[in-house]
Amino acid sequence: MLAIVERELRRFRRSPALIAMSLIMPVVQLVVLGYAFGGTVRHLKLGIVDQDHGVPAVHLREMAGAVASGNKTFATSLYPDVGTAVTALRNGHLNGVLTIPPDFSRRVLSKDDPHVALIEDNTDGFVSASLAGAMSSLVEAYDLPPESARRILTTTSLDVVEVYPYVPYIQYLLPGSIVMSIFMMVMIGGGIIFIDDKARGLHEGYLVTPISKLELILGFTVSGAVKAVLAGLVLMTLGTVIAGVPNPFEPMRLVRLFVVILVTSMALVSMMFLLMVRMSDPLLPRALFGVLNTILYFPSGAVYPQQAFPAWMRGIAVCDPFTYAVHALKSLVLKNTGFVAIGFDLGFLIIFSIVAMSAATLLFKRTL
Amino acid sequence: MPAPAIDVRAITKRFGDFTAVNRISFEVDRGEVFGLLGPNGAGKSTLIRMLTTLVEPTEGTAIVGGADIVGDPNAVRRTIGVIPQAMTSDLELSATENLLIFAKLYGVPREGRKALIAELLAAVELTQWADKPVKMLSGGMRRRVEIARGLVHKPSIFFLDEPTTGLDPVSRTAVWEMLRKIKAERDLTILLTTHYMDEADKLCDRIAIVDHGELKALDSPLRLKAAVPGENTLDASFSGMPADWRATLEGLPGVEEVTVDGPVFRLASANGPATTMALMSAASEAGVTVDSLGIQSTSLDDVFVHYTGHQLRDALQAPSPTDRLIRR
Repeated sequence: MLAIVERELRRFRRSPALIAMSLIMPVVQLVVLGYAFGGTVRHLKLGIVDQDHGVPAVHLREMAGAVASGNKTFATSLYPDVGTAVTALRNGHLNGVLTIPPDFSRRVLSKDDPHVALIEDNTDGFVSASLAGAMSSLVEAYDLPPESARRILTTTSLDVVEVYPYVPYIQYLLPGSIVMSIFMMVMIGGGIIFIDDKARGLHEGYLVTPISKLELILGFTVSGAVKAVLAGLVLMTLGTVIAGVPNPFEPMRLVRLFVVILVTSMALVSMMFLLMVRMSDPLLPRALFGVLNTILYFPSGAVYPQQAFPAWMRGIAVCDPFTYAVHALKSLVLKNTGFVAIGFDLGFLIIFSIVAMSAATLLFKRTL
Repeated sequence: MPAPAIDVRAITKRFGDFTAVNRISFEVDRGEVFGLLGPNGAGKSTLIRMLTTLVEPTEGTAIVGGADIVGDPNAVRRTIGVIPQAMTSDLELSATENLLIFAKLYGVPREGRKALIAELLAAVELTQWADKPVKMLSGGMRRRVEIARGLVHKPSIFFLDEPTTGLDPVSRTAVWEMLRKIKAERDLTILLTTHYMDEADKLCDRIAIVDHGELKALDSPLRLKAAVPGENTLDASFSGMPADWRATLEGLPGVEEVTVDGPVFRLASANGPATTMALMSAASEAGVTVDSLGIQSTSLDDVFVHYTGHQLRDALQAPSPTDRLIRR
């Protein structure tokens, strides 16, 4: 068995391109997605149609101007009429149109259900939600009474307490990227090479030796896991620095991270072996790689909370080893929890490894 | 009489409806160099894969090195060295590393491993390139690495599947020399498969001719050639022949046998020159045009045609378990 492990690791060491390919994609994905999705929506374009021109309408316009100068959530521009503004909206020059109706000032002063309308381009959900949220806050602030002299408020209020320091999206993505790097190493450095060697007839060289079926399987599995752990550790170290995780090298956290990476590597290697054990066509693992990449990564909750998924995707997530690996790594990276918090995740991954490896061993053929 | 090194007993292999090897039996004596000769698709590789425990036979069995390939394949693996048809060395690793890995796979004891590897690399004349990655070596040198690798555990039986296929003539000759030298230095039984007549003729003590999965003939090269009628072979093609032209040819002086292979008439003759003169004279008298004429001494090609009825040429074959996109 150790001869197989040695052979695989010697080849791995001589393949810098393979090493680079397995690590570059997860790092690039971490940085690009982290900054692409992690920001606050700003610099939207809001058209204002003031059909009233009274003092309350002007006050509302001034408040919108303050947002444009301060938070810069949106920039404002005045339009003479609703038709012109909506045309600009449809042509993509605006993200939304705030219309102040002619009777707005009268209704405000008489406290008779004053309202303004926001017409928005809802084809981009993120943008329309940000704009609607900003306008809601604006209108709420418009209606607030002057600062009260009372010390004790009579209305119910909500105090929000954040248990952990602010987590930028790039840190949220880091656990998924670590698991992705392990998966890529398992597929590229393990599965694809395994099938290519089989197609070239390299395995015949081993099959004629007295090595047992179990030793062969263990040899491939252990060497695959070693490579995968190395990939995970590299991504963990690099990613921790890039994402700015606080106290990244705290010793106990490192130990726990290593355990999770090791168990995740075994689970993904076992899964890969089960998929490849009867495969012979070298095109198949390449085709499978893209499909697996998508179907395992996105349902795992690595980029978006699973609570938002439809039922069928939550079903995939339940069976997906990525889910448990990502959850365990999130607990350690973002919250620095102990083994208790990740016990179930580790248990699932260990059982998954045993089941997948047992099935692969049964299916593995000792002859051609 | 000592037991044979290899005893093949009615071995058969079927892939679905296709019979690749059909009830073949033969024995290989200890210390013999035995050749399986036949075209691509004859069943040679399937047969050797069964003997080396890579493929399970459908019926029959073989005793290799005293162990049954079906009942005790691991015992067989311990006594044999195998050079498969495909180059199976790791290209990224050096010759030394390739031998080291296989020495460990075979359980060669740690002490003496280094000296053994050095000795083997010297035997195949690769000491100078021992630490170069195999991908930098030529095809012939790679084959020599594999020969050394196959001997790392001192097997008593050595299997080679098409050892010089794909090599240039100089490399082929170098590999033959290597095999002769190794055979002279070691107590080794060798079984090789080939579709090269000259290779079988030069290397083998006995040759089994295999075609369409069946054993057609088995003897030494000399006796196989002697069994073919005539010492010379004339290959001729004609145009404007009368209907009884074959009978005319059979009546020429020295002619022992006439066979037809497509447009070519093959005459086995005890006296090539006399037959040639008579042939030209008969063609002239009958108004027949001789389109082509070749004369040669009886070779294994003639032996092959004699036993199989056709020339040794590439043929379609059923897919084997290792036929994949990259290899084919």
